[in-house]
Amino acid sequence: MSSTPETFLIPKIKYSAILNVISKGFHVDRRAIMEYRQINITYNVAPNADSSVLLRLGNTQILAGIKLEIGQPFPDSPDEGILIVNAEYIPAASPVYEPGPPDENAIELARIIDRSLRESKAIALDKLSIVSGKKVWSLWLDIYVLDYDGNLIDASMLASMAALATTYIPYYEVDQTTGIVKVDRSRKSMPLPINRYVVTVTISKIGDYMVVDPIGEEEAVASGSITFSISEDNCIVGIQKRGMGVFSIDEIEKVMEIALNKGKEIIELLKKLTMNIK
Amino acid sequence: MYESSEIKERKLVIPGDSITLDQNTTVEGLTYLYKLNESTYMATVTALIDVETMENKRRLRVIPLKGRYIPKEGDVVIGTVVDVSLSSWTIDINSPYSAVLYAYDYIGKNFNPTVENIRKYLDVGDVLLAKIAQFERSRGVVLTVQDKGLGKITSGSLVEIEPCKIARVIGKKRSMLNMLMEQTRCEIFVGNNGRILLRCPSLELEYITILAIKKIESEAHTIGLTEKIKDFIIEEKVKRGLIRYEIK
Amino acid sequence: MKLNKIKLIAEDGRRIDGRLPEELRPIKIDIGILKNADGSAIVEYGATKVLAAVYGPREVVPRHEELADRAIIRCRYRMLSFSTQGERKSPAPSRREIELSKVIREALEPAILSNQYPRTAIDIFVEVINADGGTRTAGITAAAVALADAGIPMLDLVVAVAVGKLNGVLVVDLNGLEDMNSEADMPIAIMPSLGKITMLQLNGVLTPEDFRKALLLAINSINKIYELQKEALRRKYLTVEE
Repeated sequence: MSSTPETFLIPKIKYSAILNVISKGFHVDRRAIMEYRQINITYNVAPNADSSVLLRLGNTQILAGIKLEIGQPFPDSPDEGILIVNAEYIPAASPVYEPGPPDENAIELARIIDRSLRESKAIALDKLSIVSGKKVWSLWLDIYVLDYDGNLIDASMLASMAALATTYIPYYEVDQTTGIVKVDRSRKSMPLPINRYVVTVTISKIGDYMVVDPIGEEEAVASGSITFSISEDNCIVGIQKRGMGVFSIDEIEKVMEIALNKGKEIIELLKKLTMNIK
Repeated sequence: MYESSEIKERKLVIPGDSITLDQNTTVEGLTYLYKLNESTYMATVTALIDVETMENKRRLRVIPLKGRYIPKEGDVVIGTVVDVSLSSWTIDINSPYSAVLYAYDYIGKNFNPTVENIRKYLDVGDVLLAKIAQFERSRGVVLTVQDKGLGKITSGSLVEIEPCKIARVIGKKRSMLNMLMEQTRCEIFVGNNGRILLRCPSLELEYITILAIKKIESEAHTIGLTEKIKDFIIEEKVKRGLIRYEIK
Repeated sequence: MKLNKIKLIAEDGRRIDGRLPEELRPIKIDIGILKNADGSAIVEYGATKVLAAVYGPREVVPRHEELADRAIIRCRYRMLSFSTQGERKSPAPSRREIELSKVIREALEPAILSNQYPRTAIDIFVEVINADGGTRTAGITAAAVALADAGIPMLDLVVAVAVGKLNGVLVVDLNGLEDMNSEADMPIAIMPSLGKITMLQLNGVLTPEDFRKALLLAINSINKIYELQKEALRRKYLTVEE
């Protein structure tokens, strides 16, 4: 069952203080409301993974890792690799997160990222066949939220994209007679083929104002948000409205414009940050 | 006629339907409307709106067709004891909010919880007639039996109907209720929470009364209901040979 | 990818089931079909059939879940094990069902005046009886009338429909086969009288222009379904009056 969440209690004067700052065009931390916090990426934080990144968006920290395994293709797509996305909010990330299987928020997060990558064909899964109809690469993307300070979806998508863009497929050999695949993870064969970059831009509604990249405190007073997934070729490749707030048609159009502009900007930035990473 | 003849118009509204109000209009049941702007309100529940016009004044009455019983101070309710503590009872009043009756209210000031067990006054399963003394949505309901006719119920039978239809069982100026008691010779105690207690001279009459009440419930939104129910009771009595057919 | 080659729009512009792009499937709404639930409804969008039942406001069990300032809304979306084409669906909740339970709750909750009933619970059960595309949208449409049937105060009803893209053409209310082979599927829920969007999702790819057109197309269809909802509610309460 999905239940109304118990929200953090925000003192009323704090709410009006936040609203007041935003009405002047600024975040609580004095950024412009349409500006993202600084994005910082550390690569290869878990050398045993085929790719791993620690992404910081302000104080929000996301750990994303990729494991490549040899798997069986689905019968309806015998020559395509498989993508599996999971997300978990670890209890260390916030006093309100509890241990246990992923809750609805973590599942929603994973599914938003999964759909955005899949629908946009961001990864060239059709180039991940090993033995036609029998063996393909399974791409496990696991996302862990390490520290919460707002905007988990955008941060997780950035972390995922950064991890994917810096993944190398290990060296492997197929024994032609037995069909057994030998993998040597100490050597690389080729970079994971990426068709296009995808990012998400989440716009939160606080009072009647639209902001991007809220910190946790601001997110707690937002009535709702809309996440637009934007691809490198300027298409909308996913949408998810979240929370109890509502949006008028005009607001939705405005949100879309913001998402397209910001999406472009962040993709360029992400490309710069992932360039020359081996 | 028992019904008011001033009713000019009756319409059904659904959540989201808008209602325009002007300065000459008064509304009974404003809690069922949501204010959109100065003159426009929206219905929040499926309800009937009776429009009465007198000279240049308009009066709207919003009667919801369904919904849980929400306690109101001063309402008389019929409750069942569901739990007993040292100095109070928890009472189910057919509402999302359960009620409490304090022992000192029922037994009196000189009651001492350390020596006396309050179960001997009221125990789990007992039924009582009580009044809502206090209600605050975030705190709960406090009952009292300090009024005439209130207290433990030991005889009679209970009928339950939709709480929002209770107003029709009572009728305007108790017209429906008086007619029911007159025609069936039953004592009828109506709880605002949808529970009705009957004490009838015979099983036959009790049965007819129950049928009549159920008919009021299912036809609550029709006009001229009191007359219709009266005819129904007379017909039933004739059918059962309790009276001979009378020419009205 | 190769599935996209299926021809979903014929030369004359009609879809595989003969509908025009902006045409809804036959829609049926029945209200008050369960005795015990405070409110209930069955909604059919073509072969998709969804039951919604509402209980409440009622006491919150367990007690610690209650909220001091409003009612807690709990929602469960579920597909019955035989509701899908092909294999039996496992009755264990899937990730999709968990997400949709949340999405449906968030689509309905803005319409419910839950602050009128602090410390109570309103439970919404959405059971998919037969699935042929659009189960979440039919579920929202059903749950909204079930809430109204339960007498729960609401700002407005909520109506949902999906807009999709097939062979480059924007269409409404995708059936199962269309849904599986569409380039985009965008379910949307609106409070029609207030013009407020309570749910918006997109699974697939749309250009910004397509997105704008899709929104308008959705609103058009939603208004049609809204009339059917209101008619069904009126029908229920006016039958006794003759």
